[in-house]
Amino acid sequence: MKTSSKQTLTVGFVGNPNCGKTTLFNAFTGASLKVANWPGVTVERVEGEATYKGQKLKLIDLPGIYSLTCYSIEERVSRKCILEEGIDVIVNVVDASSLERNLYLTMQLLELKKPVVLALNMMDIVEERGMEIDIHRLPEMLGGIPVVPVSARRRSGLDVLLHAVVHHYEEGPNENVVTYKRGLEAKISKLQRILREKYQAAQQAGRPGGKREPLATRLVEENDRWLAIKLLENDEEIRARYPLAEPEILDRSYENDIINGKYDYIEEVIEECLVNKEEQAAFTEKIDKVLTHRVWGIPLFLLIMAFVFFLTFTVGDFLKGYFEEGLGYVSSSAARFLNEIGTADWLVSLIVDGIIAGVGGILTFLPNIFILFLALAFLEDSGYMARVAYVMDSVMGRVGLSGKAFLPMLLGFGCTVPAVMATRALESERDRRRTILVTPFMSCSARLPVYVLFAGMFFPGSAMLVAYSLYLLGVAVAILVALVMNRLSPARGEHALLIELPEYKTPNARTIAIYVWEKVKDYLGKAGTTIFIASIILWFLLNYGRTGMVTDIADSFGAGIGRFLVPLLVPAGLGMWQIAVALISGLSAKEVVVSSFSVLFAIGNINSAAGMRELSGILSLNGFGPVNAYAFMVFCLLYSPCMAAVATVRRETRSWGWTLRMVAFQVALAWAVSVLVYQVGSMIF
Amino acid sequence: MRLSEAKIGQSYEVERLDTMDRVTRRLEALGLTGQTRITVLNSKKRGCMIIKVRGTRWAIGRPIAEGIQVKEAAL
Repeated sequence: MKTSSKQTLTVGFVGNPNCGKTTLFNAFTGASLKVANWPGVTVERVEGEATYKGQKLKLIDLPGIYSLTCYSIEERVSRKCILEEGIDVIVNVVDASSLERNLYLTMQLLELKKPVVLALNMMDIVEERGMEIDIHRLPEMLGGIPVVPVSARRRSGLDVLLHAVVHHYEEGPNENVVTYKRGLEAKISKLQRILREKYQAAQQAGRPGGKREPLATRLVEENDRWLAIKLLENDEEIRARYPLAEPEILDRSYENDIINGKYDYIEEVIEECLVNKEEQAAFTEKIDKVLTHRVWGIPLFLLIMAFVFFLTFTVGDFLKGYFEEGLGYVSSSAARFLNEIGTADWLVSLIVDGIIAGVGGILTFLPNIFILFLALAFLEDSGYMARVAYVMDSVMGRVGLSGKAFLPMLLGFGCTVPAVMATRALESERDRRRTILVTPFMSCSARLPVYVLFAGMFFPGSAMLVAYSLYLLGVAVAILVALVMNRLSPARGEHALLIELPEYKTPNARTIAIYVWEKVKDYLGKAGTTIFIASIILWFLLNYGRTGMVTDIADSFGAGIGRFLVPLLVPAGLGMWQIAVALISGLSAKEVVVSSFSVLFAIGNINSAAGMRELSGILSLNGFGPVNAYAFMVFCLLYSPCMAAVATVRRETRSWGWTLRMVAFQVALAWAVSVLVYQVGSMIF
Repeated sequence: MRLSEAKIGQSYEVERLDTMDRVTRRLEALGLTGQTRITVLNSKKRGCMIIKVRGTRWAIGRPIAEGIQVKEAAL
């Protein structure tokens, strides 16, 4: 047995997207509960630590990749990390239920000549489907590297894997696994010789003692064959690093021949090592026949989503009731406690009316968010999500987006924050931003209270219909904006859909738990801090004026700002300073529009029949009628999403400039449409 | 012929990729190269389709399907 001479072994986890790599990584590091994700998101790498029999291990989770070329960010990140940052052992995580495609990356890793341990993940699924993998023949065909069957979901085989890592960290594959066609092999060995002569000779001639040799030389020493192959593939990065003038050898790109060479060999491996491979397809294809049906695909999808929303609203609202009750209790007991210990009035007001009302109001949405994500995690882990992209692709294609863009828009009905986060699934930045731009037009659940209140007050009898019309208007605006954007700068085929449709599988409780917890934590943390600060600012604006703390809200800074904006809102029939203040405070969260009306007009229970009568009475005195009310709801629908959503947009786009332009566009659009509604409406009614 | 004109349930052999450079490279990395066998599992009127290449299912959009030149595979 070999004893480990290194202090800490650095282990890189490499694998295809969707191979369960991160789940396996989490099984080892445990503490960091991070599950990837919407595929292709983890561009940054994640590190963790583990110990096996006294040997310290540093584990690095690299982004999911299909190959080791340098065409995407993920590939470049992974390759750089493997080549240049001292990874001792590569753990190649492979989805055993999709061996053929996964082995392609393995072939490339083997060519690197670094120690590789193959973690054969999802063996439970392989067995479930009645397939068998010849565990003894497989390593023989892969240059003698250790092959360890694991199940990240069942957490089995984990110790064996670490054992293999610790004991094989000095052994690379013992032979060239893939042999290419004779002509190609000749070119490879010629290039190897040239590389060695040129770079190693230079190094021996003048290396100052003890200094680390330059990377270019080190790579030649370690894996000249790989470099030669990459040069023949016309790999930009390697070509730039080793500018060889060998027009006879490098007469064209041999990328295709090299890819085919690898796949030819993989076919041999599959032929010898995989038994009963037909079984696997049958199950997934049977389900797909129904779910991706030409005609029934879309209706079935709508039905499934309707069910998700049904759950979100019924179960979520059921839980929300308790949250609101709890919030009321916290708020009143906090007020009582603060008064008892003799806290200054202004501070009591800040804490109770400002912070608890503001932050607590957002917390009451947690149940809906929780249920929504639970359902989505379920759909995603089962493998259905990718199918939705296919089903909706033709519809979305008409507005220049790919089918994948549909998903986030749909989530927008629940809440814009997770919807914007969901755009991560889109590959192109252009598609992402366009989807983010139109997602807030989908009426989120926070806008419902506004519709309920104003439609109820001014359109008695047809309130439901009016509220419904706003949902439809939102969808129409989203599609129109996407269409106009597409006319302005048409897609050039880059929106084309290309997504793997994984095998269906039973969702795993642990994976779902981690996923949901991650989202809930995100919501609490990020939205919480934003809302917290916004609530404090709003409280100050409404309670302080030029003379200090004010008793009449009309003297506050907030009222001043509101009056300043009145001239702008007059054309939309919204020329009251209170409305301006309500709209501004609605930026913290859309439902705050409703609560600020109750504060501004000092109405106790605004959602009750008496409260509504009182408010509509006051508003009517100011000449505010049904047309004004509709214009107001349109404005609420279209104008800037709440701060939490804006903050999310900024986080996801990594650009304040773009985010602010988006807000400006949405506010301008809201103004324009509500002016149109008011002016036309006033002429008719 | 183009892959977008292909029939469900049939197998084809890739002749050439006329897709955009970026797309071509991605397809090649996924194992869709010359002479690769493609089975069409499903397709819709507007051209997006589900194909099976080297044991993996992919959903591809119309612009990509139009760029893949195929011929019917010998049985």
